[in-house]
Amino acid sequence: MVHISPLTRFRRSPVTAVGLYLLVVGSIIWAAYTGAQSMGYNWQWYRIPKYFYTLSDDGFQWGEIMIGLVKTLQLSATAFALAVLIGLIVALLRLSGLVVGKAVAVGFLEFVRNIPILVLLYLFYYVLGPIFGLNRYTASILCLGVFHGALISEIFRAGIAAVPVGQWEASKSIGMSTGQAYRYIVLPQSVRFMLPPMTGEVVHLVKSSAIVSVIAVAELTTIGRNIISDTYMSFEIWFTIAAVYLVVTLALSIGVSFVEKKYTVEQ
Amino acid sequence: MQNDEIIISATNVDKFFGTFQALTKVNLTVSKGERMVICGPSGSGKSTLIRCLNGLEFHDAGEIIVDGIEVHVGSKELKTLRQEVGMVFQQFNLFPHLTILENLSIGPIRVRGVSKAEAEAQARKYLERVHIPEQADKYPNQLSGGQQQRVAIARSLCMETRIMLFDEPTSALDPEMINEVLDVMVELADSGMTMIVVTHEMGFARKVADTMVFMEEGRIVEVAPPEKFFTAPDSERCKMFLSQILEH
Repeated sequence: MVHISPLTRFRRSPVTAVGLYLLVVGSIIWAAYTGAQSMGYNWQWYRIPKYFYTLSDDGFQWGEIMIGLVKTLQLSATAFALAVLIGLIVALLRLSGLVVGKAVAVGFLEFVRNIPILVLLYLFYYVLGPIFGLNRYTASILCLGVFHGALISEIFRAGIAAVPVGQWEASKSIGMSTGQAYRYIVLPQSVRFMLPPMTGEVVHLVKSSAIVSVIAVAELTTIGRNIISDTYMSFEIWFTIAAVYLVVTLALSIGVSFVEKKYTVEQ
Repeated sequence: MQNDEIIISATNVDKFFGTFQALTKVNLTVSKGERMVICGPSGSGKSTLIRCLNGLEFHDAGEIIVDGIEVHVGSKELKTLRQEVGMVFQQFNLFPHLTILENLSIGPIRVRGVSKAEAEAQARKYLERVHIPEQADKYPNQLSGGQQQRVAIARSLCMETRIMLFDEPTSALDPEMINEVLDVMVELADSGMTMIVVTHEMGFARKVADTMVFMEEGRIVEVAPPEKFFTAPDSERCKMFLSQILEH
């Protein structure tokens, strides 16, 4: 038997881990609290719940934060659908073996990846917006869809490349066209490789959707800013908004890891 | 089984991978119903040759005509050709995300437009023929290597192919599973299928081959009926190769 020193045992115990975690979180909260105290900040947490919901004589009503959250989710879901479509097309172009297709795909990818998303948003809203008559919401969806589409195309490409070449050969040798081989044989198998990075990308998209607050699309972050300009409760509201994002992204991660497990079991 | 109608002809075929010449001036004719076994040291171009016959690779010079269809890059008839020519791979290449039944029926359903019910009935028939009807609803990774390879043979049969190409079908198998696959191949040979088999299984070759082909360094060195091939081959290299693999 290997001898483990008492110190090592202490370091490895779960009790120590939880204790350390609480210590770290506790100190952060304490630092924030005392910091706020020393600058004479007036905490008004009791005013927060009404931004989630109100129960009055008129009955139950969702608050502004919840309306903003729904908008954020709508925006993210639409942009994600667009991003998947763009990502798939770009990945297929890149893998097509056509010189022009490949050049277009690589050009798109490098362009989008190498400019800040804020500048991309300005391009869509202030440049393409007036030309094509895009409203803020459409411009936001296009910007997020294009930006994340570029990233997702790389996920598709890697997922497709991870399927062994023998699968292509077997598909071809039973007479399938390239399209059929993709649809029935290769893409279904690459889902397994794409699910984990795709989850990361969804979470990334929900977070980066906050950027559209700079063109005043009424989503979660914009709502937060608006409430603060009315009430000056910047500490409470930003903590709350951060927590809402955290809940959404954690729920997404947990949901997908559940799907992933189910999928691998079926395989 | 063999008659004189020529079903495959390759004339002066060259194939390059970059600067490496994999095939040099290869000439080959196969008659309908003929069972041909190709052997030779590794890297001699055996696999490349049969992969050129169904357009998994494309030759760079010369001419290949299979069942009246000329094989070349971008040919519109490749799909038709591949429905005529089945291929069994060393690594089986079954579709891991589909059940055995789906592996067999997806080709007929998607490529030949057969109804699902008909395709599945046919799939069960061929599973019967390769002696594993009870595995229909399993996934490939639940089967042994020998069973997987028999499924792969059945998958090709389901396309109602007229020619079957085998690329070292038993090389990736554990020794105790080789015979179950060879038995199925012998039965197939008896049924009159045109077969080209790349293999080092000389017992199988003696039993079924009409023609033996020996390749070395991308060239066909010897073509002979098995009686002559195993006893009195013309080329020295072929003699040496045979003595090496038959000694054990």
